[in-house]
Amino acid sequence: MGTWLEKQRNLMDFALSSLVRRKLKNLGLLALYTLIVFLLASVMFFTHALRREALLVLEGAPEITVQRVVAGRHDLMPTPYVAMIEDIRGVASVQTRLWGYYYDGVVGANYTLLVPPGTSPTARRDDPHGPGETPAVEGEAGPPTSPVGSLVGSLVADLDLGALAPGTIVIGAGVARMQHRQTGDTMAFRASDGSLLPLRVGAVFSSASELVSSDLIVLTEPDFRRLFGIARDYVTDVTVSVRNPREVAMVAGKISRQLPDTRPIVRDEILRTYDSVFNWRSGILVVILSAAVLAFVIFAWDKASGLSAAERREIGILKAIGWETGEVIQMKFWEGATVSLAAFFAGVILAYVHVFFTSAAVFAPVLRGWSVLYPAFDLTPFVSVEQLITLFFLTVVPYAVATMVPAWRAATIDPDAAMRQAE
Amino acid sequence: MRKSTIFLTSLAMEVGVLGLLLGRAASVATAEHTRLRHEAELVATLGLSDLCLFTEARYTRHLSQADLSTAFQDHPLSLDHFPSGSLVPPPARQSGSLVPAPRRHSASLVRPPARR
Repeated sequence: MGTWLEKQRNLMDFALSSLVRRKLKNLGLLALYTLIVFLLASVMFFTHALRREALLVLEGAPEITVQRVVAGRHDLMPTPYVAMIEDIRGVASVQTRLWGYYYDGVVGANYTLLVPPGTSPTARRDDPHGPGETPAVEGEAGPPTSPVGSLVGSLVADLDLGALAPGTIVIGAGVARMQHRQTGDTMAFRASDGSLLPLRVGAVFSSASELVSSDLIVLTEPDFRRLFGIARDYVTDVTVSVRNPREVAMVAGKISRQLPDTRPIVRDEILRTYDSVFNWRSGILVVILSAAVLAFVIFAWDKASGLSAAERREIGILKAIGWETGEVIQMKFWEGATVSLAAFFAGVILAYVHVFFTSAAVFAPVLRGWSVLYPAFDLTPFVSVEQLITLFFLTVVPYAVATMVPAWRAATIDPDAAMRQAE
Repeated sequence: MRKSTIFLTSLAMEVGVLGLLLGRAASVATAEHTRLRHEAELVATLGLSDLCLFTEARYTRHLSQADLSTAFQDHPLSLDHFPSGSLVPPPARQSGSLVPAPRRHSASLVRPPARR
């Protein structure tokens, strides 16, 4: 065993000396190989981490969201629909949602404005007061008596709670960063009637939740309706919870039969969307991967198509001085193995640093697209051994095969012929 | 020093660094569990449906809520012109084998997803 190991080390020494003799070529090779592994590993780590994070976070998404569709477009839903959905057997509860987008022309960013569900007077039919009747008193926000106040407070540590009274808003960290706003500042919005609606920032969502709250502006129903001029008997859409989780699809079917102008979106669909959004074979990632894979194929093809004249002569000389065919192949194996192992580990380490320490800085411009407001988030590193094994078989094995085949072909011919062919 | 010793030492160092990174990944994932649970709670409480990744258009901001049946989202012949559109595959029924079948996930922070 010891002799065998010593022999392998000697062969490795020889292979490394051979690589060092063609220093420039092999350094280029190593750099290219590392780059390919880095790209593939980065895409794999990034998409896997993002997809997994999305699936974990969005498990709290509504069981069924029901939207009204008019002329193929999402439209506001009349509140009588709520009672009709509640009457469907299997429905546990229905909550109205009020949300929409606000384009800030000054900074060119889109915000998502949202009224926390369950706080809307239209959703509480026993509420004697209309939504516009809540006193809009700035600065009188007392202790967090509203469900919104206590809710947001339990989730976001640095909030001044009780803050969400009419006239106040809770903004996402991305909005705060872009607008240079903090708690106590005022943001002015252009309402649908052209008037200015100043709203005080009651609190800012923690940056830890930026992946879901970066562009959010949470406000009260009276402010929302005033801003967008939405009548009291309309809501954006409704969310439905179902008594028996196994009946979600059936209840969704009943809703679409009973209200044919609506579209139910079940949570499974949301999760499926995010499962496939960052599938690493989709969209622009295909382009990145295709380029990397194509480069690798060309590279492997170049290797597989034959050895250089110098390498052929070297094999001829080795055989002439007494090397066995098996030893030549082993030496070539170590040449390939040293390059590919070094490149593999370096590429994977660099990819990890790139994705989880620099927040995928190389991909950020592509992901950011034309978004002015982009969340600053650190991905949770979900890296599995399976990913590394897949990557190993995608990169190291093809290269090893590509280098072994021509070496085997050259090693099996007569040394004299090998040296003559090299001339 | 033999070249193989230098190579094997540097390879061992690379493996060691990778091992440390994988160890870090495991410990960070455990520590991040609380943050993810808070995010999941925030999603559940506010009734959120999408990640805030692409804020450039409504159909990229809320991917799951977009009216996918509408071919041209903004006006007739309005082709998708936002870069993030190239990251998002078309609906599964239109993309054939490009998008794989959805995979079930085992980890659960809030409650298991609804079964069909």
